[in-house]
Amino acid sequence: MAQSTNALKKSKGILGALALLAVAVGLWWSLLVAPPDAYQGEVQRIMYLHLPSILTAYLSYFLVFIASGMYLWKREPKDDLLAHAAAELGVLFTALTIIEGSIWGKPTWGVWWTWDARLTFTAVLLLIYAGYLVLRASIDDQQRAASAAAILGIIGFLDIPLIHMSVYWWRTLHQPPSILRPDKKPWENVHPAMLTALTISFVGFLLLYFYLLSLRYRLGEMRQEIKALRLERGI
Amino acid sequence: MNLLRQAYLLLCKDLLLELRRRDSLLTMFFFGTLLLFVFHFAFDLPPDKIGELAPALLWLAFLFTGTLGLAQLFQAERDNHCLDALLLSPLDRGALFLAKTGFNFILMFLVELVVIPLFWILFNLPAWNLIPQLFLVTLLGTLGFCVLGTITAAITLRARGRELLLPLVLFPLMIPVILATIRCMETVLKTGGVADAMGWLRMLIGFDVIFITIGVLIFDSVIES
Repeated sequence: MAQSTNALKKSKGILGALALLAVAVGLWWSLLVAPPDAYQGEVQRIMYLHLPSILTAYLSYFLVFIASGMYLWKREPKDDLLAHAAAELGVLFTALTIIEGSIWGKPTWGVWWTWDARLTFTAVLLLIYAGYLVLRASIDDQQRAASAAAILGIIGFLDIPLIHMSVYWWRTLHQPPSILRPDKKPWENVHPAMLTALTISFVGFLLLYFYLLSLRYRLGEMRQEIKALRLERGI
Repeated sequence: MNLLRQAYLLLCKDLLLELRRRDSLLTMFFFGTLLLFVFHFAFDLPPDKIGELAPALLWLAFLFTGTLGLAQLFQAERDNHCLDALLLSPLDRGALFLAKTGFNFILMFLVELVVIPLFWILFNLPAWNLIPQLFLVTLLGTLGFCVLGTITAAITLRARGRELLLPLVLFPLMIPVILATIRCMETVLKTGGVADAMGWLRMLIGFDVIFITIGVLIFDSVIES
């Protein structure tokens, strides 16, 4: 038992170190190696954080959905812990995306915020999952909180395509994607050094994400252990 | 059709309770009317401008009154542990979901039946002939609201401060319905029909169908004791 915990701790440490390294290399590459954007100049470098942040957030919400479904099916507390950890990180990365986007938007569009489709969509995601966290926090009974949250994790995720469609029909101003576009392959449209910087940055964010997820998951586990101990000792 | 039969019986029970006590409907009705007055003071506008704002204002009123209704939706079940008794009976939980959705839908329908014409009277709007079409669109939106609203009311049932939590969780999820309904109503007011807003109308119907299905399937886990 002690050995496996130690091994787990070690692998977590390695993951953390790798994340740090990848984020550092990604930053170096995106700030110094990649050329400035042809139209936007240096400001565009925020993209190397902006895009990985939102992709990581999407991944996180997908994880909430899967873990919520698993929880409702198997009723195992570990799935609930995972869903909770992923939702919290999803909110964190979405908030980061919005902040980075604002900093990028001010010099390029002249405004911190505009009611464009993609911005609105991202803000709605933040609201939904912030609601998820508040819901969890306001139900005292652990099991009830877990199933209520799992339901919201599922219907929230299924609602996302509809929200996406509706706000897009409503309005669009955000620049169209330059990397993930249907008519051109990524390397035809973007400077290779930019693509490398973005890839490294994305890998860094993924590693960082999974590192944080493992920490947050462990925190949830520890909370439960403390609760169990308290019950056992009657304090 | 055991499911529908059970849902029908439960719905009758709720309607009978409401008929005897009349607390939800009256409150919702007065609140909806009150909101019209508040809007009038807030936007002191000429009739043609108010006509443009009508869909948005009406929907705000319906959202708020609907939320009021949802907060009361499981009140009868909370009192005296009636929910436990309901769950002990050999009922399909999907039927409970359909009945609660239907009940809230009927309440909101009755409120809308009064509030929409009242809006036209209070703000001197001319287009009386468009009210049936507007009503149809509103009903589709209301259905969507009640479907997701019932699920959220059920999951916030045991939460602290659930009346506050309910709109917090529900409103972001309602954005497709809010957008689609208001755009459809605007198109009706502008062109006299929904032909130009078929995409929005389809989305509205799609939303209703998707979440009714999910609700029936998932309500078993939603409402567990």
